Amino acid sequence: MISAYPITPQTTVVERLSEMVEDGSLKSEFMHVESEHSALSACMGASSIGARTFTATSSQGLLYMAECLHYASGGRFPIVMMNANRSLALPWSIYGDQRDSLSLLDCGWIQVYAEDAQESLDMVIQSYAIAENLKVLTPVMLNLDGFALTHTYEVLEVPSSEDVDAFLPPFQTPYKMDLNSPKNMAFSSGPGDNMQFKYQQHKAMLDAIDVIRDVDESFFRLFGRRYGGLVEEYRCDDAEMVLVTLGSITGTCRVVVDELSQEGWKVGLLKIRFMRPFPEKEIMELSRRVMAVGVIDKDISFGYEGTVFTNVNSAIAKARTGILTMNFIAGLGGRDISRQDIRQMFLHLQEGLLGLEKNSMQFINLRVAIDE
Amino acid sequence: MIEVRWHGRGGQGAFTASRILGASASLFEGKFGLAFPSFGPERRGAPVQAFTKIDEKKITDRSEIKSPDYIVILDETLASLERVSDIKENGKVIINASRPERYASWQKKGRRIKLVSFDATTLALEVLKMPITNTAMLGVFVAVSGAISLDSAVKGLVANMGRSILAGNIEVLKRAYSRVLEDQK
Repeated sequence: MISAYPITPQTTVVERLSEMVEDGSLKSEFMHVESEHSALSACMGASSIGARTFTATSSQGLLYMAECLHYASGGRFPIVMMNANRSLALPWSIYGDQRDSLSLLDCGWIQVYAEDAQESLDMVIQSYAIAENLKVLTPVMLNLDGFALTHTYEVLEVPSSEDVDAFLPPFQTPYKMDLNSPKNMAFSSGPGDNMQFKYQQHKAMLDAIDVIRDVDESFFRLFGRRYGGLVEEYRCDDAEMVLVTLGSITGTCRVVVDELSQEGWKVGLLKIRFMRPFPEKEIMELSRRVMAVGVIDKDISFGYEGTVFTNVNSAIAKARTGILTMNFIAGLGGRDISRQDIRQMFLHLQEGLLGLEKNSMQFINLRVAIDE
Repeated sequence: MIEVRWHGRGGQGAFTASRILGASASLFEGKFGLAFPSFGPERRGAPVQAFTKIDEKKITDRSEIKSPDYIVILDETLASLERVSDIKENGKVIINASRPERYASWQKKGRRIKLVSFDATTLALEVLKMPITNTAMLGVFVAVSGAISLDSAVKGLVANMGRSILAGNIEVLKRAYSRVLEDQK
């Protein structure tokens, strides 16, 4: 069952899906609703009787769903949702950054970020296998950078329906509304047992780490593509400075890392694929091998720093390696992040290592002079 | 990598041309193409841009095109030296123009820009009975750049255009292509 409300830059996805349902090429119900709040509520209803559900949104629409996001994860409904990452008002903006999903990091959903169109498609398929695993039963939010991924045309391999059906058989769950086997779902609980439910949500998210890896491996065996679990390292083997990325900016960073490596720099990149569950072990391990880690944030928690940086720093603090970390706030409100900007980030890291740069946080390409 | 920027007005098909070019290179030339519109809202008649990147290897850099190898201008009212000032050294500007002498001074004043003009509107009106010049200008681009073959461009049209407008657009594409090649002789 698909239920969604249109919002730029997600619109093309639900328009196309509604056409596919209309012409019969996709066997699904398409439920039209008057808001994102209702779209996710409808998905919960359908999921509660054991249906496989999908919705998609973006930005203000995601925020309008916020109440239901917690409902869906607390109710353990394995819904898959695509979110087109877009800036938040005010000032009003339809352009891409990642403040929408990152501001909802604590809503109990698995959060995955795709780098290109192929990974986006593959992760829709993988997301169901992850969400519906009985050890996980947690909804998945699949994030695609608005415009950079939602409105860019490129070639990708579309797997056959037969192969996808073999990989992803119909959803079977004992946890559904059933007249023959009545259950209580989506209930209330008092202080006596509420906390145990919250622990189970946390445990399921941690258990998802192994499931994510297993699903990626079985996907590879069938389709020949794999993405490597919670993170992907690129040229980190002998790197001294590593840039941490999230989403489509990874592609531009790959090019810069290649260029700088050719010029003799020892640099690499770490692509975070999942923000929840968070790749704590991978980042702790990386921090034992490198001298400096920079984090690109297409978001900011006003008055502190980027949210990805906070999470990465927390993992590095636990490793007690004391390496240099720096935060690069970039691309807010859809501002382009150029190859030159990324070179600048590596230069900041190098200056930090030499003791010439004391600020741990930099606004990249801000276009106004600031004195901090 | 070849980077192309298309200028047109909303409704003139600039993005369609950029998309067909990317699809033709990807599907029929064994290359890798990336095509995207200027991000944001689109309005009929308002100036729009579209972009195509073509390379021999997978393109991962999704940042804006800073200095295009080619700039294609579908609508003469958008032709200005300022608009093409960021073109790559020795890059080519292709303008749909009825009076090319207007732009003769660009090659002196600007950087080393190579200018190609073609009266796509007259050709489109003659064949399509509409001033939609994107496929004519695609034909000019293919002839000038050699980035893809004419055959691949035709296949790209077949794969991406509705049946009712396909034949006319293939004719426009081919005629624009061969006229440019004749002029170059």
